[in-house]
Amino acid sequence: MTARVVAPPERRRCEVVGNVATGGYRIFSAVDPTGPEPAAGQFYMLTAADRWSGDGGRPFLPRAFSVAAAEPRGEGRRLDFLVEAVGPGTERLASLAEGEGLWLTGPLGRPFAPPGEVAPGAAGAILVGGGIGVAPLAILRRRLARDGVPQRVLLGFRDREHSGGVEELFSCEEVRLASEDGHAGHHGYVTDLLAVMLAGDDAGSAVVYACGPPAMLEAVRTICAEHGVAAELAMESPMACGFGACFGCAVPLAEGGYMRLCVDGPVVRADEIETALVAGAGHR
Amino acid sequence: MSGLAIELCGIPLEHPVLNGSGTFDAIAARRAFGDSLDQHFPFSAFVSKTITPQPRAGNPPPRLYETPAGMINSIGLPNKGLAGFVEHDLPELARLPVPLIVSVMGTSADEFAELVDGVGGRDEVAALELNISCPNVKSGLIVGEQPAETLSLLETLRPMTAKPLIVKLTPNVADPSAVAVAAHEGGADAVSLINTLKAAAIRPGGAEPWLGAGSGGLSGPAIRPVALDQVRRVAAAISIPVIGMGGVETGADAADFLAAGAAAVAVGTANFRDPMAAGRVRKELEGELSARGLGFPAGLPARSGALTST
Repeated sequence: MTARVVAPPERRRCEVVGNVATGGYRIFSAVDPTGPEPAAGQFYMLTAADRWSGDGGRPFLPRAFSVAAAEPRGEGRRLDFLVEAVGPGTERLASLAEGEGLWLTGPLGRPFAPPGEVAPGAAGAILVGGGIGVAPLAILRRRLARDGVPQRVLLGFRDREHSGGVEELFSCEEVRLASEDGHAGHHGYVTDLLAVMLAGDDAGSAVVYACGPPAMLEAVRTICAEHGVAAELAMESPMACGFGACFGCAVPLAEGGYMRLCVDGPVVRADEIETALVAGAGHR
Repeated sequence: MSGLAIELCGIPLEHPVLNGSGTFDAIAARRAFGDSLDQHFPFSAFVSKTITPQPRAGNPPPRLYETPAGMINSIGLPNKGLAGFVEHDLPELARLPVPLIVSVMGTSADEFAELVDGVGGRDEVAALELNISCPNVKSGLIVGEQPAETLSLLETLRPMTAKPLIVKLTPNVADPSAVAVAAHEGGADAVSLINTLKAAAIRPGGAEPWLGAGSGGLSGPAIRPVALDQVRRVAAAISIPVIGMGGVETGADAADFLAAGAAAVAVGTANFRDPMAAGRVRKELEGELSARGLGFPAGLPARSGALTST
């Protein structure tokens, strides 16, 4: 695992090389010709090169996406992004066809830290993902495996329509699933699985890494605090720029005031924020 | 030095493309992009985010709302306060390869005076921009909406510093040129416009205001025609330079503002979409001016604000 990777300031035009359905989501891929290898947890600001403004005049701003995978491809690097079409920006990105252009800026933001940096003495990792938030945990899983860090992966989805990426992004791992409608794995929340795991006595030396909807992240915060387990959360907040310019992505700090999620996050320590229930997260 | 070099209020600039205050944080951008940012710095002068005498946390989220061809922001001027700015930010901003313009805002003439006193004498600061889109706590009136308030503020601040004073005008008035004339009379060296247009949004699918602070300001290409009209009217009313802004995204947009009477332009919301947007605007502007048969003589004092037909 690596520290924050610095991005070239120029926006880069990439070619879309794939777009496949996975459950109710899609995974689209583009080749970044010259950018650096991202760290797990970092994100890119994405804009379709054509038809970025639909009939209603939106989308206008780029959309922030955590990278789910980054693998060498030719001279460049193939970047995979997991998308659920919920609004004009995500609908356009979900419709990208092979050969289309995609503008991107990145990698941006603060990545996940190795377990030993999150909590002294921690050696293992528990990855907790919910919905579309499984994306950054996919690249984190690979980087942790590369570094030989023992890990367990818990993923939860609402229902079949609101699920995807498990086989494509987590294929070779033993993943424990939860679903709110019971179609796969534990019938309930992924945080139920986390609570059981942390109640066991083998989890004390692990760090929790989580990404998902605000309510899930708040539950992870509570459960981890109850068990004295350190956690890092990859959060979302509406952002216009992604590099600290607009001050739009304010997340309240435990000590008062706000952080800018784009430069001080999107990965934050669970105890440094006041709440994961940030107003405006998930705006379409 | 390109053919776009200008002199703005006595400050030599390599080209006429600045940033709008609050639309680019050069210090945060260094964290994201490293030192290569300084080698490719897209603006010919850097306008800081507005500072106030005391630190401000800013407004509760949500702070943003995307609109057709634009966005509403309700940020609330988060900043470290005058002392924090001077201690932490000024040394960082002084390393930029371009002149620094510090934007300041107070809620009274005394607060403005404190800010002008605090940064006006610093060698790192080339000029001050006065953000007057705020209420005067004594009168309850928005300074920038009132020619008399604007004149009175300038009469207080003008004798305090030899640095150029740029007055940032609000578009939320019936006649911005009346305020511009007052700023000119009070001794301002330039005006910049437009600030954002007052705007609000309702929560999608709901009935209550979306923004944490209730309302905010609209920016982006959606407001460009409004900005062009106001720049045109203001430039015709005063003889000090006008820095035009409002939805500038291309060299053609910038040329429109220069044709409307602006001596320089600022890129704002476009920075959010592409950190190097202003570099592209500058490159496109050169070709755009020549395609339109408009000259931009190097060394022409920006004060003239004039484009000459060639």
